[in-house]
Amino acid sequence: MNFLNAGPSRTIKIAILAMGGEGGGVLADWIVGLGEHNGYIAQTTSVPGVAQRTGATIYYVELFPEELASQASKRPILALMPTPGDVDIVLASELMEAGRAVQRGFVTPDRTTLISSTHRVYSIAEKSAMGDGRVDSNELIAHAGKAAKRYVKFDMALAAEANGSVISAVLFGALAGTGVLPFGRAAFEATIERGGVGVKPSLRAFGASYATTQATEEPVESTPGVRPVQWTVQEPKLMHLLERVRLEHPADLHGTVVEGVRRMIDYQDVTYARLYLDRLQALTASVGKTELALLRETARYLALWMSYEDTIRVADLKTRSSRFERVRDEVRATDKQQLAIKEFMHPRIEEICETLPAPIGRWLMKPHAVHRLIRRFTTSGRVITTSSLRGFLLLWSVSRMRGMRRTTLRFKLEDARIKEWLDEVQRAAAHNPLLALELAQCQRLVKGYSDTHARGLANYRRVMNAVKAEGARMAPATLRDLRDAALADEHGKALDKALARHALV
Amino acid sequence: MAERSFVEEVEKLRLDEGEVFSGEGILAVTKALLESGVAYIAGYQGAPISHLMDVLADAKDILTDHGIRFENSASEATAAASLAASVNYPLRGAVTFKATVGTNVASDALANLASGGVTGGALIIVGEDYGEGSSIMQERSHAFAMKSQMWMLDPRPNLPCIVQAVKDGFDLSEASNTPVMLQLRIRSCHVHGQFVTSRNRRSAMSIEDALNNPVRDVERIVLPPASFLHEHEKIARRWPAAVEFIEKRELNEFFDGDMQDIGLVVQGGGYNTLIRALELLGLADVFGESRIPLYVMNVAYPLIDSEWQRFCSDKRAVLILEEGQPNFVEQNAANILRQAGSTVSLHGKDMLPLAGEYNTVTLLKGLRRFLEQYSKIAAEPVVPSVRKVIPLMQVNELQRPAPPAVVETVIEDSVHARPPGFCTGCPERPIFTAMKLLEREIGEHHVSADIGCHLFSILPPFNLGNTTMGYGLGGASASALNSATGKRAISVMGDGGFWHNGLTSGIANGVFNKSDNLTIVVDNSYTSATGGQDILSSTAHNAMRSTNHAIEDAVRGVGVKWVKTVKHTYDLKAMKNALKEALTTVTKGPKVVIAQSECMLNLQRREKQKVRKALADGKRVVRERFGIDSDTCTGDHSCIRLSGCPSLTIKPNPDPLRLDPVAAVLDSCVGCGLCGEVSHAAVLCPSFYRADIISNPNRMDKFRQGLRRSVIGFLQRRDAARRNRLAF
Repeated sequence: MNFLNAGPSRTIKIAILAMGGEGGGVLADWIVGLGEHNGYIAQTTSVPGVAQRTGATIYYVELFPEELASQASKRPILALMPTPGDVDIVLASELMEAGRAVQRGFVTPDRTTLISSTHRVYSIAEKSAMGDGRVDSNELIAHAGKAAKRYVKFDMALAAEANGSVISAVLFGALAGTGVLPFGRAAFEATIERGGVGVKPSLRAFGASYATTQATEEPVESTPGVRPVQWTVQEPKLMHLLERVRLEHPADLHGTVVEGVRRMIDYQDVTYARLYLDRLQALTASVGKTELALLRETARYLALWMSYEDTIRVADLKTRSSRFERVRDEVRATDKQQLAIKEFMHPRIEEICETLPAPIGRWLMKPHAVHRLIRRFTTSGRVITTSSLRGFLLLWSVSRMRGMRRTTLRFKLEDARIKEWLDEVQRAAAHNPLLALELAQCQRLVKGYSDTHARGLANYRRVMNAVKAEGARMAPATLRDLRDAALADEHGKALDKALARHALV
Repeated sequence: MAERSFVEEVEKLRLDEGEVFSGEGILAVTKALLESGVAYIAGYQGAPISHLMDVLADAKDILTDHGIRFENSASEATAAASLAASVNYPLRGAVTFKATVGTNVASDALANLASGGVTGGALIIVGEDYGEGSSIMQERSHAFAMKSQMWMLDPRPNLPCIVQAVKDGFDLSEASNTPVMLQLRIRSCHVHGQFVTSRNRRSAMSIEDALNNPVRDVERIVLPPASFLHEHEKIARRWPAAVEFIEKRELNEFFDGDMQDIGLVVQGGGYNTLIRALELLGLADVFGESRIPLYVMNVAYPLIDSEWQRFCSDKRAVLILEEGQPNFVEQNAANILRQAGSTVSLHGKDMLPLAGEYNTVTLLKGLRRFLEQYSKIAAEPVVPSVRKVIPLMQVNELQRPAPPAVVETVIEDSVHARPPGFCTGCPERPIFTAMKLLEREIGEHHVSADIGCHLFSILPPFNLGNTTMGYGLGGASASALNSATGKRAISVMGDGGFWHNGLTSGIANGVFNKSDNLTIVVDNSYTSATGGQDILSSTAHNAMRSTNHAIEDAVRGVGVKWVKTVKHTYDLKAMKNALKEALTTVTKGPKVVIAQSECMLNLQRREKQKVRKALADGKRVVRERFGIDSDTCTGDHSCIRLSGCPSLTIKPNPDPLRLDPVAAVLDSCVGCGLCGEVSHAAVLCPSFYRADIISNPNRMDKFRQGLRRSVIGFLQRRDAARRNRLAF
């Protein structure tokens, strides 16, 4: 991009980047109103249309001092679109939109004040990825910070919500707070009042944002991660488990392994946690404590696999009091409001068979009259109201089947798969720990329920077959390539191509 | 009911002589029509002039006060044909539609209109949708003006100029008996500004006068021999009259500058961008005082030979800044100057790109080239490439650990496109989800798409649709793809496109030609993509128009035997079954599935107000919204790939062992129910729940709640206590 070195100009140029429905138009109108009531000639325009439907829109405002125009007895010629390198203020309602402004050259270090929210509204490409398709927010912030003369940023969606208002009011507050426009706070507030719609919450959000902008320090964002380990517990059974973690694993892994132990107990019982530690110990014994990455990833994925989502687990999680509270919180129901929670479930005959003791489950999977009868009753999904007595007791009794989980068909199936996977990891580790690391991460392919699970498992098998066939010839990077390909699309086309590319078909 | 209401703003249309109007370009145009004494207005909505239609609809009282007939035309052809009222009678009429797409549809009527000519002023306001943000093929309406020899105005993009252009347009039309096109660029339509108003005028002749005293003139009808005479008349009489009027009224503007030996020519619509570019070069001030002489063509067609000759007479070189291609103006100017024996060097597309929008940066580059060539500015210094110097490293530095490599990232990797998609709760989404699910069962089909919101199905996450040939032409564009043995093609058509022409061009054509294909008519009660205007099949009551005409009746009326109406598109199973049956039935002939559910934007606008009132009155209100349990979501995002709802998004996984983000539902969820239907139909996962939030619960609610709380609470407390014993 060829940046301009524009000469001094009395025209104030403001670009607003917003997505449909975020009030970018309202903000532009506010700025126009603010200017016109305070001795400025204002012009704004935009290109609405399909952009209203979730797309991004640029609103552009120019302000010119009325006084200078009268002195010259002329009207200024104002532009209808922002010019890269020639914008004073950029307001972006979301972080990627700030990135877009930078990309289009509207933000330049010589003059542009950039005001943006740090929250993300994910793009469809980020959302529909089969794994993690998110763009790194820090990267966007770094680019924006580098491009702007001054960069004011905080989570404005949060600020809007906290004040029961919308993001346009927060942006307006931040604009006032930066002091880049020649108007005082009162002039801004009068503009909001003249609008006449939702004045109180808008003023509240405006005020909060004004204060945040003026405060120099930025709010610290917390990052979720592994909780710190608390080594002292009352229960002797637990004490014993924690002792094992401490002795058998390098310190770097303690957090992850303890999390795994916690998960096993929550999922099944203390004995199950012991099995988890036994399995990990077998690996540690064979590869040594120095292979940190391999051990950590195996500890993580083993815990996830051993706590596979069966009907018992789902029923257990759905009926917990903590879950009821979380839903109340998430849907923002107040204490005065009542809440009904309805689950969308689709138990197929496969799930029913897998929840039964293995011999009965295997028998029921065979095509005979009973199978057909049950299949007929499970063709459509069911809505279960967990908050009603009937629905709750139904799910609660399913969750009680935890005691007999080890006898279920699903347990037998998963247990065999886990053993096979661990064997492969261990075998690979013997000659190439890096390959073993890639192998351990292949568990990521197996996730979800019913069709999604079947698809993931099929992909996993194809990858594992390739690993088995290749043995020591398989390069870790090749395996990673295959795994990424398996996550690239739903139809396995990318995996087909990747297998062909590496001549592994 | 349109998406945006102008009820308050239209009061500005009553402003009297000498007052200051402040507002949007579209509203200013409406005011100018009233000040011009227009007798009738018609049009078809579509960006950027949708709002013009909405303003007119909301201004019905004012229009009635002035005796103005206003029509929401069935199509642009209908709108253009309504200008026939100005052929025999001194009635001023204006029609409006969108860009080349509208002009394409209208061009049969326009050509006939232009051939016979007009008595009353006829103004065609074309919303030009070119460049950034455009949703159509990139062409110029200019060609239509040339081929039919209508005059085309392209005023400078400020309110006084636009208003003046409307008035000049009517006068020019009457002075030359020719319809006049007023090109309004998309940014001009939405530009905010001021102008001083004049008093509104009533048409001297009323529509009743015309109907009661019919005039017939065979010479104005396009039939031989009159049609041959028209062609001569255009050249011999109307064109010279237009040129004389344009010269006398000084519609085009000349701005002087001290760099006398060069000049710039620009159409009015591009003036502001040119001034900004000159300002950035230091060759103009903010008031438009340019050092280079400018010739601003507010009349884009025809070109005025004398003005060109005058402007170029004392110049070495002239640059034409003509956006779009072909370069009609440049070619025409070259012809004028060559024939006049001018020695000026003519530049245009040799210095500027052939295609694409002329924004400030593009103009700057072109201007620089031109000015450098004629030594008006110094050439930009070429920045020498920096030689990389490898620093000498001291020995002890080698022993230090290497600093972490700084990975230079480019912002292009981080900024994604945001393609438009279906709104939250859109009833059209489930139609395409059903098609996606059906694809898994019976394979892919050829999908012929159409214009409208449903066209978003061609984008992620649905990726459905092979072609789109024009508004209402979804059915027609699959007509060749008919075979007795192959798979059936699927056509999608909106209700807007259906009434625009799809009923005849798609459905009736399919009946007549014994098509075997499936046409899905998306019936959401409005032309939603253009801003939610009513149409024949709208279910709403509209005092101005006749609505509630069922699409199914129309389809059966033209002879389709196989018709299925799905009354609730969110019922994914019904939707999928209807589509499957249509694609697999042995019945011959065209199949039509009418997929009905009201546009969610319109529905919510109505519902929100009602809910707010009920809540304020203390009435029991149940709000539904969806949610996802993050502890059972495994982060595969299948649900998003089958929906793409803006409310369905992702968030970081709260589980310390998992890495992939989990799906999440935002509070903007309107509880349309698709998420639940998808998880059932696609057998996805048990993570979705629907929360029914009951405000102001009644006595029965409270009783049930108490009972539940005691039993469920007891069991939950017991389980939690057990877990707590083993928690650490």
